[in-house]
Amino acid sequence: MARKPAAKAAQSNVPELSKEQELEAFREMLLIRRFEEKAGQMYGMGLIGGFCHLYIGQEAVVTGVTMASQKGKDAQITGYRDHGHMLVMGLDPKGVMAELTGRKGGLSKGKGGSMHMFSNEHRFYGGNGIVGAQASLGTGLGFAARYREDGTVAIAYFGDGAANQGQVYESFNMAKLWNLPVVYIIENNRYGMGTAVERASGQPNLSKRGISFGIDGEQVDGMDVRMTYDAARRAIEHARSGKGPYILEMLTYRYRGHSMSDPAKYRSKDEVATMRAEHDPIEQVKARIIEKGYASEESLKQVETEIRAIVTEAADFATTDPEPDATELWTDVYAA
Amino acid sequence: MPTILMPALSPTMEEGKLSKWLVKQGDSVKPGDVIAEIETDKATMEVESVDGGIVVSILVAEGTEGVKVNTPIAQVQGEGEDAAPAAAPVAETVPEPAEAPAVPAQKAAAAAPSAAAAPAAPRFEAATDPDLPAGVEMVEMTVRQALNEAMAEEMRRDKDIFLMGEEVAEYQGAYKISQGLLQEFGAKRVIDTPITEHGFAGLGVGAALAGLRPIVEFMTWNFAMQAMDQIVNSAAKQLYMSGGQVSAPIVFRGPNGAAARVGAQHSQDYSAWYSHIPGLWVVAPFSAADAKGLLKAAIRTNNPVVFLENEILYGSTGLVPKVDDYVLPIGKARVARQGKDVTIVSFSMGMRYATQATEKLVAAGVDVELIDLRTLRPMDSATVIESVKKTGRLVTVEEGWPQGGIGAELSARVVSEAFDYLDAPPTRVTGKDVPMPYAANLEKLALPNVDEVIAAVNAVTYRS
Repeated sequence: MARKPAAKAAQSNVPELSKEQELEAFREMLLIRRFEEKAGQMYGMGLIGGFCHLYIGQEAVVTGVTMASQKGKDAQITGYRDHGHMLVMGLDPKGVMAELTGRKGGLSKGKGGSMHMFSNEHRFYGGNGIVGAQASLGTGLGFAARYREDGTVAIAYFGDGAANQGQVYESFNMAKLWNLPVVYIIENNRYGMGTAVERASGQPNLSKRGISFGIDGEQVDGMDVRMTYDAARRAIEHARSGKGPYILEMLTYRYRGHSMSDPAKYRSKDEVATMRAEHDPIEQVKARIIEKGYASEESLKQVETEIRAIVTEAADFATTDPEPDATELWTDVYAA
Repeated sequence: MPTILMPALSPTMEEGKLSKWLVKQGDSVKPGDVIAEIETDKATMEVESVDGGIVVSILVAEGTEGVKVNTPIAQVQGEGEDAAPAAAPVAETVPEPAEAPAVPAQKAAAAAPSAAAAPAAPRFEAATDPDLPAGVEMVEMTVRQALNEAMAEEMRRDKDIFLMGEEVAEYQGAYKISQGLLQEFGAKRVIDTPITEHGFAGLGVGAALAGLRPIVEFMTWNFAMQAMDQIVNSAAKQLYMSGGQVSAPIVFRGPNGAAARVGAQHSQDYSAWYSHIPGLWVVAPFSAADAKGLLKAAIRTNNPVVFLENEILYGSTGLVPKVDDYVLPIGKARVARQGKDVTIVSFSMGMRYATQATEKLVAAGVDVELIDLRTLRPMDSATVIESVKKTGRLVTVEEGWPQGGIGAELSARVVSEAFDYLDAPPTRVTGKDVPMPYAANLEKLALPNVDEVIAAVNAVTYRS
């Protein structure tokens, strides 16, 4: 039986975002949406190869969490559905798109691809292709934060599929044992590739997965950026204050297939249409902005136009930038 | 005017059937609306409109088979403010890769791939061992003590270095390599982990990404198979995948190779496994001095290092120079004995068999040149090839299995680079091609031994 799309949110009072926050959320989520739509289009044209996992529908998760974090200080790490994370963390859209097309100016010089991009400067650690690996790596980022006592927090995102990997639980155990400042964000988009959570998980309430390790968790409506922001703010504060790890299960939804080559026949068209019509994270913010008079339709259209220009510029760069020099084949295997 | 092209919906799709239109001319579409369905041999897929606007014309009729990817299938007139330029056909926007190896997958599949020549691989030039001061004092110590000193000295030098693993702290190390480190450096830097190799290897790599310099001890390398994904997929590939931006300076160390009477799962040699992986450095010392100098180098490098020790060698003693900072170059073999009749190459525990065999062979009048590889990646084949050019004969000795082993690699390199100098086929002495048996007699048979090394030398020198 399919679960209710919207979460039984732990919070009963819906937290309010300020005008600035609502506008920021709108802008960031729209950038992800338009960027990903363009990536999908470019994939269709053969400009992007291999695997390409789009984040469309899940924008409120990374946007709310990142808004609640200390950007540039707190470390973030995720799996292969990573474009949105990079955009919200401030990595250059041109560099991201050029990495998707495998060009010289890509963030990894074209040597990483869609699933592998990193930035020390922005404290983004991938972009990791092996399901669940980022849970252990992210715990290590938290370990480094505690080792240095630098007051930062590590935020490790993984999906409902990864939540069944053994190393996730090895990591939970160590994170609690050493009270590491880690927030685990489980992006439950209801399908691990084509397998519904209920067909893969004995305990489908993934927020409870930390109980036997002594890690608290909660389910959050991952389609509502107010909820993701508020939950992340509390979870990050919990970790930063020395209380150890915390789990947020973000109930979210991806509109597209698992990757570009997934026809998504494991769910009904109605299910997708309902989520889009009733829970779209961007439409929700947009409606509130208009309703509260934070901005006019006209000025939101202006934002749309600006975002389109950014995405178009990124796509143009990513299609005209040359491929990496052949000599790059041999570089970056070993550090100096 | 935005043109909608027949999309490729998998890495290998070249054409498909346009099975159904869900919009007709004059319809208004929003970004994300499904406008058509296409069929490939694998699946039915939906085509979504990227831009919003009015469908002005449909260029390919429903039911058309074999529509090539990137064929224009419809035109959408954008709304006034929608200034996104039409996506031009791929041929106009993709710069032709002149000689680049990265030909887009679909192109490679469509055209017969003409093999673009990859540029030549850079050659690794290893530094030579540092000169020791004249009259330097040599201190006799065990390999165990040498490894312990290496870690302690480095941890005194750099506070970002920490040691983690099972029983490394309060128990003082399952094999006592970390003896005393907890007392000197405290529980923050010498950390007992739960028995979770996969998890703590990944945690260590994550800490390295954040700039710390972890030493991860595996109680034995047998248990590290649980952690291999993090070693290979995370640590080894990190720098390359990030285009040189983010490195993973981490040392994975512990005893490798056959122990004694512990059976198949606890007795095996991972030398060849890890030496296969670009991005890793793999070190396998034999002597106490090399153990110390190379572990210090491993801790200092910004690359991930697999440091393969040997349980049986932990108690063996050797002379270690007493200098302030004894660091050896990674990637440099050591010529343990110079000779002109035959080259024997080994490393780690194999050196024990090779050394004993050399003593007997020299006594019998065979002038053996004995080389200790010390590092398996980068592999100092230059030293081996130079030697074989002199001796014309190669015998390799290792505990690992023969197929795809270190000896196999050395043989291939010598055959391709010193073929004309060879007076006999390169010959390998290896562990037998079976899981390690428990019975004492069978275990002895499974391992290489001194007599086998002597027999191999006799064979290649035609003395048998």
